[in-house]
Amino acid sequence: MSILVDEKSKVMVQGITGHQGSFHAQEMLSYGTKVVAGVAPGRGGSKLLGLPVLESVSEAVEETGADISIVFVPAKNARDAVIEAIESDLRLVVIVSEHIPEHDAIELVQYAKLRGTTIIGPNCPGVTSPGKSKVGIMPNSIFKRGKIGVVSRSGTLTYEIVSALTKNGLGQSTCLGIGGDPVVGTSFVDSLAMFELDPQTEAIVLVGEIGGTAEEEAASFIASYVSKPIFAYIAGRTAPPGKKMGHAGAIISRGRGTAQSKIDALSQAGALIADLPKDIPKLVASRITQ
Amino acid sequence: MTADMVRLAEHAGKALFAKFGIPVPEGYVVRSLGEIRETTKPMAAKAQVLAGGRGKAGGILFGSNQEQLERAVTSLLSMRIGGEKVSEVLIEERLNIIDEYYVSISVDRSAGIPMLMVIPHGGTEVETTESQNILKWNIHPFIDLPEYVCRECANQLILGPQQATHLEQVLTSLWRLFWAMDCDLAEINPLVKTGLGDLIAADAKVTIDDDALFRHPELPRESGERTPLELEARDLGLSMVQLDGGVGVVANGAGLTMATLDNLALHGSSGGVFLDLGGTDDEKVVEGALSLLSRASQRVILVNIFGGITKCDTVAEGIVAARKRLDITTPIVARIRGVNEDRARSILAADGIMAFEDLDDACKEAARLEGA
Repeated sequence: MSILVDEKSKVMVQGITGHQGSFHAQEMLSYGTKVVAGVAPGRGGSKLLGLPVLESVSEAVEETGADISIVFVPAKNARDAVIEAIESDLRLVVIVSEHIPEHDAIELVQYAKLRGTTIIGPNCPGVTSPGKSKVGIMPNSIFKRGKIGVVSRSGTLTYEIVSALTKNGLGQSTCLGIGGDPVVGTSFVDSLAMFELDPQTEAIVLVGEIGGTAEEEAASFIASYVSKPIFAYIAGRTAPPGKKMGHAGAIISRGRGTAQSKIDALSQAGALIADLPKDIPKLVASRITQ
Repeated sequence: MTADMVRLAEHAGKALFAKFGIPVPEGYVVRSLGEIRETTKPMAAKAQVLAGGRGKAGGILFGSNQEQLERAVTSLLSMRIGGEKVSEVLIEERLNIIDEYYVSISVDRSAGIPMLMVIPHGGTEVETTESQNILKWNIHPFIDLPEYVCRECANQLILGPQQATHLEQVLTSLWRLFWAMDCDLAEINPLVKTGLGDLIAADAKVTIDDDALFRHPELPRESGERTPLELEARDLGLSMVQLDGGVGVVANGAGLTMATLDNLALHGSSGGVFLDLGGTDDEKVVEGALSLLSRASQRVILVNIFGGITKCDTVAEGIVAARKRLDITTPIVARIRGVNEDRARSILAADGIMAFEDLDDACKEAARLEGA
């Protein structure tokens, strides 16, 4: 097992003809992901990386049986691309595109809920179940199959921590980047619920950052519903209030969203907190036998 | 890329209010004494700055005749509020205030949909109001603002039937404005009940999602809250925050940049610049980033790259090119991991830049160089 993606997942790439889309389609193929098609309106009928490039999502579903889409379409057109994916009843849509207007994200997340599609992102690095499938942009070399579930609001910081786990022999069940925007399709709570139910996952690493209350909500969920050990790192302890630290969602506003508030909430819920990203493996190893 | 908001000046916010049907006081903007119109009525003069605490800083003055009004405007135009020079003054009829309320619509991040907030006794700050005294209703974008919410709201504010109708119009208009204009926040504080029983927006705070500005070309691009270097960074597609310390940190990804600053702090050093390269793949952007850091008068530049969408060797080439072209003498410490890391390390090594594998080691070295 694992969550969200596995060796059976069939993936289409929306925006495959773009620079990032084609690079990461190739990377996913190299990882062993079953990438089965690309979608690029106006470019249908051609081939890229040995994959059929099709006009529409529904065509890609019909011809290949794809059940997942990864979206690289630029922000201005991303809303339409994701609506197309939702209306084709895909199981999972991973939105890598950044700078999607917040109101578009609100609509997409709400619409996906109504239609029963799971959205990850926007502005996220995607999801990898090591040894099975990667639907995202994380570097191929950092993973190792194992028992640790990883969920993060950050991209590169996730790579940092996953790579440290792997280096220390701690493999992962699934690594999931939920995205750094204020409104995202899959929350920490959603992710924790999936990891709690996944038999392959024996411990969970949560990587949070300043802004919002997603970590505090995760903490109350952990206290009531999660039996597996949780290890957490929170970025932004030294961030000044009132400044957006790169991610649209990473802002301490009105005294809320500080790293300390998140650290306190999570440790009260029983999570072990790491001071440095590289301390995570030590903490995990102290509690888990691999 | 940056993610930020554009905050509209009060008069621009009020112009939007009027356009969407929210009553505002009659008024006009002046930039000099000569632009003040003849008046016999009591007027208010309000400094048009974005800084908070304008009222407390003396940025709102009143005049009951022409002479007093001119004196008020003269005084305001010579003021600085929160470091911002006052260059525009909004002149409005003075309202006869019977009661005040706080009304806003923003995005409720937990629910992932907008939220209407109302405080029955306004003129206060939402920050200092006990949460049990704030009325909240989520607004689902597929449903719009339901009438019953307006009714409940009017009941809570103890308004008569005439004002209840006014309130419904204000709330409905505010919601339409919020959604149509891609607002991050649309706030009326205070919404005023006048002696004649009207409801009027006495102030306007409107912020627009920067990422949606392409849909609103008529709006200004500047929020006025950024330093010149931060603005330059934004135009390059980078996210920069200037801080107080001496180590300029550039990393790819907001979380990683924050984590690097946090790690530095553990070695007694504090960052002077937060600079997120984002998912760039462009050598030119890397060069631009180094140029910004070298001009932000940092003692050390710490580069932390964990390659994914960003290729390590592209960044390394950018660093080397920038050093040569811009003649950067600030010591550079690098930490490189991820896609094409070996090639990146040899590019940097050939240029005499030490590239660490471990972040903590790189932070230790940057802190040592800063103190040296």
